[in-house]
Amino acid sequence: MDIYLLEAIINGILLGGVLALLALGLNLIFGVIDVVWIAYADLVMLGMYVIYWLHAELGWPLLLACAVAIAAVAVLGVLVHVLIISPILGSAPINQLLATGGLLFFLQSFATLLFGTEFRNLGLRLPIIELGEVYISSARLMAFAAALVGAVALYLFLKRTFIGTAIRAIAQDRDIVGLMGVDQRRIYLLTSAIGGALAGLAACLLALQYDVHPFIGNTFGPLIFMICVLGGLGDMIGGFIAAFIISQIIAIGGYYSSTELSYVFAFTLFIVLMFVRPRGILVR
Amino acid sequence: MSRHTVILAGAAAALVAAPFLTPPYFMHLIIQILLWSFIYTAWSIMGRFGFVSLGHGAFVGVGAYVPALLWNYYDLTPWVGIPLGVALSALLGLVIGYPCFRLRVVGHYFALVTLALGQVVMLSVVAARDITGGSLGFTPRAAGHSWYALQFPEKGYFYAIALALWLGGLAVWRAIDRGIGREALDAISEDEEAAAAIGINVMREKLRVTVISAALTALGGAALGQYLMYLNPETLSGIAVSLQIVFAAIVGGTYTMLGPTVGSLLTISLNEGLRVAFGTSFIGAANTIYGILLIFFIIFMPRGIVGTLGDLAVRRPAKPAPVG
Repeated sequence: MDIYLLEAIINGILLGGVLALLALGLNLIFGVIDVVWIAYADLVMLGMYVIYWLHAELGWPLLLACAVAIAAVAVLGVLVHVLIISPILGSAPINQLLATGGLLFFLQSFATLLFGTEFRNLGLRLPIIELGEVYISSARLMAFAAALVGAVALYLFLKRTFIGTAIRAIAQDRDIVGLMGVDQRRIYLLTSAIGGALAGLAACLLALQYDVHPFIGNTFGPLIFMICVLGGLGDMIGGFIAAFIISQIIAIGGYYSSTELSYVFAFTLFIVLMFVRPRGILVR
Repeated sequence: MSRHTVILAGAAAALVAAPFLTPPYFMHLIIQILLWSFIYTAWSIMGRFGFVSLGHGAFVGVGAYVPALLWNYYDLTPWVGIPLGVALSALLGLVIGYPCFRLRVVGHYFALVTLALGQVVMLSVVAARDITGGSLGFTPRAAGHSWYALQFPEKGYFYAIALALWLGGLAVWRAIDRGIGREALDAISEDEEAAAAIGINVMREKLRVTVISAALTALGGAALGQYLMYLNPETLSGIAVSLQIVFAAIVGGTYTMLGPTVGSLLTISLNEGLRVAFGTSFIGAANTIYGILLIFFIIFMPRGIVGTLGDLAVRRPAKPAPVG
């Protein structure tokens, strides 16, 4: 096999891990609260700026900066729910989606206001791993590993703990769970915090690989929605698989043509799959 | 003469006098407000029935790029190019609309499918950078003052064109509002099965508003391209444009004829006002405030400014309604 194609496929798998993590966060929020956070990718952007600011500007150790970023985005997630979603929880779902669209405008321009439109990077140079003739960036490998750990931790939390079970129960039937004595409001807050923390973790992993700028959310935000919908909104395992399908399309498509064309192909495939399998790839 | 007629006559006189009295900078603003009002109105033609499209940037982009590309590469006059772009856009609306309506892709799903459509058009323009100039943008070949090329350096001509388009858009909105189709579509958005049961051709009514909305949006995109003489995929087709369309329409009021116009007037003058007030050193300030306002509007005034004012007027009539 062509060595560059192999490299593209490996990079696709590594990118898929981070996308899967983001899709998990969005899916959790959708499954439990029944809201699409259009601004989800912009929470990630803000997390990347927190890391950049603490590490590159103030000279904090990277791990500490990452921990603070995760916590900060988790708090932001709670704020999004309390300030934006909960006042309109009862109105049409599309209104909630649009309200977080307003948040998207706000976050992007707020970041522009604070940091300007320059591309900024952490200035880290992580080593390149050589496997035979294939070169793999260790930053991407670390990101992939951390994303998998995050995904597995979330899975275990949802399956093995009492609160996790309550969260899953609400996703299945929000009316009955209230009757069982589960405090819906608390679960919503917790879910928003977890969703935010996952965005924060993704921010750490993406900050290792990409420069941050205020509009970075626009480049991968639409991808994440696509992945969630392809997997079936709310279906976490479906979303996980869809993340790897999409990242492979982008990686292999980018190898044979251009990055943009591979995105065009991915989005077109998404539209077609929506018509063929509207409830997600795993559901028949 | 009734009070209503006086107001209408006054407004008409102001609109006719505007190009002779207004300095060029404000003229430029007014033209943009009118053209975007037209596009927002076109969006609301389908948005008001619950088909919230997050991909109208796709239609703006197709409408703007098709005539400009044909003009630059094949010397084809926009008089032919614009109808072709509009037709292509209508076709695109049909191709996306039909399966969506057939398979009941609604709500979130409809919004996300249309969002993907906007991305497809935007990224296609970027990918075809050898032809379209990609992210660097595209400039139609200048021909000076020319009816053949539909290019007019004097702003007065475009003012007249924008005004005509805007009035035309309002007329279409009104025709749909008054027509039998509206009753049908309202019935559909209330309860689709019931609507079908009483003999409404659900699919035809939905496709009709979708195609009209897509075609008018493309026409607005074409006019915008001819006027600005600069096309950029990000500012015409990206997710930001599609959201901007939705928001202006909602802030103004999706369910009223003048709502989208008020939304355009408010958002563009707010943007310009803040830009002038803060200067370029403070880029982002305008959109920061804009974003917060949008959130407020959706939470507290989901029917928009015009809709909410209308509700207030109904709730507190100035004089008792005549009996009879």
